[in-house]
Amino acid sequence: MKLTIPVSKKDHAKGKENAPVTLVEYGDFECPDCQEAYSIINELQKIEGNKLKFVFRNFPLSEIHPHAFRAASAAEAAGKQGKFWEMHDLIFENQERLDNQDLLSYAKNLKLDIAQFNKDIESEEIIKKVKNDFMSGVRSGVNGTPTFYINGARFDESYELDLLLRAIKETLWAREVIKE
Amino acid sequence: MKEHKEPLKKGTKAPDFSLKVTPDQTVSLSDFAGKPVILAFYPADFSPVCGGEMMLFNEILSELKKYKAVMLGISVDNVWSHLAFAKERNLHFPLLSDFNPKGRVSKLYNSYHEEDGVSERSLYLIDKAGKIAWGYISPIGINPGADGVLKALENLSGARKK
Repeated sequence: MKLTIPVSKKDHAKGKENAPVTLVEYGDFECPDCQEAYSIINELQKIEGNKLKFVFRNFPLSEIHPHAFRAASAAEAAGKQGKFWEMHDLIFENQERLDNQDLLSYAKNLKLDIAQFNKDIESEEIIKKVKNDFMSGVRSGVNGTPTFYINGARFDESYELDLLLRAIKETLWAREVIKE
Repeated sequence: MKEHKEPLKKGTKAPDFSLKVTPDQTVSLSDFAGKPVILAFYPADFSPVCGGEMMLFNEILSELKKYKAVMLGISVDNVWSHLAFAKERNLHFPLLSDFNPKGRVSKLYNSYHEEDGVSERSLYLIDKAGKIAWGYISPIGINPGADGVLKALENLSGARKK
């Protein structure tokens, strides 16, 4: 399966802009597996930081995770104030506390403009963004959370550090071969 | 020995069936004549939460509704298991119990995994006239996702417009 919507400026990306490897995650802020993956991605960025661009797209499973959609909206609202990743990290580090008050307190921690945050979190623009992320995932064959794509191809192994590292190395290697 | 299964052929009549959805309610394919029906056979209730196929379809019911499609899950689990599973995962579509005789309907759809005694992971789209519009049998360990079904629904509605 391939990523149907290519990574663009609309995405939240971390790492080197022109990195040879782009890792896209479709994730749910309330999903315990995604929390686990969060630590693994942090490790991965430490090891392969200069070769890796990491993109996070929302895939809230609202029927089983009642706070997931609003948490995604909170991260997007923080993103409007330039603090998507800060909110992304705070949410994963406090995954057991995701009700409306909790999200608001994280926004305060990040010194966001709270009036603006409250407005944005319920704005049509952000709700649409989260929904669009979700549907782009469905159309790319996301079959659970987290689902990863490495340079556009779905990564079908489990999200362990060594398996991700190997896949990244293989991608880099394949690029070299093509160049030659 | 690995058995390679093919889905029922496009354009053939979808075999009718009646299966229990609750201890005292039965659902038949013919109940939904005039609507597209999605049949999702799956091996077992209570798969891992964040990677479950039924969970994924549950999240896209509003998309399926745009095509007036009916979503049905089918496994060999009994109705009590289905009820507990549906409650825990907040599922909003019926789960049919292919329990007695075990796997009978799964077999009709070439979707019974003899070795493990469970349904395969297979997906069918049945058109308004009760014919197979699309079918896919996924390797049993791989959740096929929902893209194939959505594409098939689009094709079906596109074909109708012509």
